[in-house]
Amino acid sequence: MSDTTLRSATISVLVENESGVLARVIGLFSGRGYNIDNLTVAPVERDGSKSRITLVTSGTTMVIEQIKAQLDRLVPVYKVLDLSEGPHLARELALIKVIGTGEKRAEALRLADAFRARVIDATTESFTFELTGVTDKLDAFLDLMRPLGLAEVSRTGVAAIARGVKTIS
Amino acid sequence: MDGTIAPIELVNSGAEAVLRALKAQGVDVIFGYPGGAVLPIYDALFQQNEIRHILVRHEQAAVHAAEGYARSTGKVGVVLVTSGPGATNAVTGLVDALMDSIPLVCLCGQVPTHLIGNDAFQEADTTGITRPATKHNYLVKKSEDLVRIVHEAFLVARTGRPGPVLVDLPKDILITPAPYCEPASTPHRSYHPRTEPDPRRIEEAVAMLKCAERPIIYAGGGVINAGPEAARLLAEFTRLTGFPITNTLMGLGAFPASDPLFVGMLGMHGTYEANLAMHGCDVMLNIGARFDDRVTGRLNAFSPGSKKIHADIDPSNMNKTVTVDVAIVGDALATLKALITAWKKDATPSNRPALARWWEQINVWRAKDSLRYTQPREPGSVIKPQYAIEQLYKATCGRETYITTEVGQHQMWAAQYFKFEKPNHWMTSGGLGTMGYGLPAAMGVQVAHPNALVIDIAGEASILMNIQEMGTLAQYRLPAKIFILNNQYMGMVRQWQELLHGSRYSSSYSEALPDFVKLAESFHAIGLRAEKVEDLDRVIAEMIAVDKPVIADIWVDQKENVFPMIPSGAAHNEMLLGPGNRDGSGPTVTNEGMALV
Repeated sequence: MSDTTLRSATISVLVENESGVLARVIGLFSGRGYNIDNLTVAPVERDGSKSRITLVTSGTTMVIEQIKAQLDRLVPVYKVLDLSEGPHLARELALIKVIGTGEKRAEALRLADAFRARVIDATTESFTFELTGVTDKLDAFLDLMRPLGLAEVSRTGVAAIARGVKTIS
Repeated sequence: MDGTIAPIELVNSGAEAVLRALKAQGVDVIFGYPGGAVLPIYDALFQQNEIRHILVRHEQAAVHAAEGYARSTGKVGVVLVTSGPGATNAVTGLVDALMDSIPLVCLCGQVPTHLIGNDAFQEADTTGITRPATKHNYLVKKSEDLVRIVHEAFLVARTGRPGPVLVDLPKDILITPAPYCEPASTPHRSYHPRTEPDPRRIEEAVAMLKCAERPIIYAGGGVINAGPEAARLLAEFTRLTGFPITNTLMGLGAFPASDPLFVGMLGMHGTYEANLAMHGCDVMLNIGARFDDRVTGRLNAFSPGSKKIHADIDPSNMNKTVTVDVAIVGDALATLKALITAWKKDATPSNRPALARWWEQINVWRAKDSLRYTQPREPGSVIKPQYAIEQLYKATCGRETYITTEVGQHQMWAAQYFKFEKPNHWMTSGGLGTMGYGLPAAMGVQVAHPNALVIDIAGEASILMNIQEMGTLAQYRLPAKIFILNNQYMGMVRQWQELLHGSRYSSSYSEALPDFVKLAESFHAIGLRAEKVEDLDRVIAEMIAVDKPVIADIWVDQKENVFPMIPSGAAHNEMLLGPGNRDGSGPTVTNEGMALV
């Protein structure tokens, strides 16, 4: 009867920047059994009064509509925007530490160049790269680094925004 | 900021500021229990006379009492509890109010701000614990925020889909002077529930209803929450259309049960005609109900051939479990107003001949008399629980009567056999199904309506869950009546064990029951008992006549089950009927159904 195919959705939520607001959002997902694939949060107003949460989630269309409605009824939520309903941009940043010497080290640097990753720290045995892009690009780069001495990764999660003049507020 | 500078007045203490805010919100009674962290509020209460405090015997009961108060008056119920165990004891009541959309404000003491997080005495992470138990909650960290937050708590509790709101009050905030301000006249920053329905959706709904051949109206607690005027409009709209109407457990009283258009309650223990009409309808109008699993039965077999219109104030209820064709987000009162106007404006005649044929069919189902039972009348016969409710109804129907219940078989019999004509007179724990709800809820109703007849229809197991509140009834001379259908079993558990678990009655027998007559007497109340059918009417009459709290212990048939019943995992057209009303075997329960509750 209902559509059972899963889809991914990128949802931006503008919230009052108060203590507990992230717990409310996360509690909603754990309490109702929804998935969180990716989550970022940071203040976005100059006075620090509002924060923007970007969530990447997956589910059936019915579940994703539920998620949006449930988020929207939280008292400190200003706006819920499903970016995946239209053209949008999504970026993630990763800091990637690769440890190694010799040819592997040289190969890591060449690939970093091809991916436009920046070297932000280096020793004779290591590089730390900064890479920005869509999640797939970061995943692809990390796959390449794995045999070359990938030692540690720190990722920010996805920040996303609609294309064109459309805004969340 | 709106540009005007409101004069800021400093009040002597946060506690006094809280009480002033409560008075500004129209609060005249609060239900609570003191403790270390809320002593400043109790001290402030002691020094004033406008707000009455009802001292309960357990914090859970304070919340249920406030629910009873709120549901019978339409006002926000107010609870006051201390930190730690006071707060955790209140949690069941808060979830109960959340599930049934009851407006409450729970003020809760907390350890002083500098001790928060230190595992201080009677400290609990109350906002953390109650976040999923409330519509919203607050921890007041600064005196400047105190009064604004209390006012905001009332706004959030009573508007939109109502619900419980908790305000956690650290003790230092309560003793420090705090600025006072009146409730905000400007809209809330981020919270704007939609109440006015979209006119286009109303038109679509009316167009659909006008063409309906087999329509049904299915109304729930949202109509009650929207106030008595909404119930009046529901009756007006239903009579205008001539459509059959059914109510959910939460919606009983939203439409007069004596009206011939009423086909009874629907769902797991609904009438044969209500469930078959839901199953066979071609257009369904749901107003203020949420397609709860007790109502729908097996989802993929729920009303398979119908177009569905769903009017609800909460957008998250739309397409949550049942996909609908028209979703109307709005308050039930505004929606009914709009529906009536649009129905009258739309010149299309409704399909009267088809409707007449539909009523013929419904009357065939009705003739089945699915609530039929047999009460032997010879002296010495055991009382049937259904008969006890019917006799109670007959004895009270001329009076202003409020009914609360506990949870289980007695609750379903009350819903089936007591006829509700008006909204706000039926208080039951529908969503959470909290045993122990009825006595404290009756207390709250009696506080709000001191001269009314308030009866808690109870079971002998449920009543023991908050029996300590007999002390509260005695202290405040609240003449609430407790009408126990005593079958010496947790009857609904026993019924499921009989039907689904091979009659293995595991831990469902009420062993070592108290003598309820003596128990009543020890709490300064009147104890009565009906053991046989000839005792019943006398006991009911005496219970009603006496101006004191009463426990009436009605001994009923231990083996009686609640019918009709849609077993778990079955559809509306797969009802199990009572003995003597069955043609062949009932539906069998699948493995999937066994996993359902």
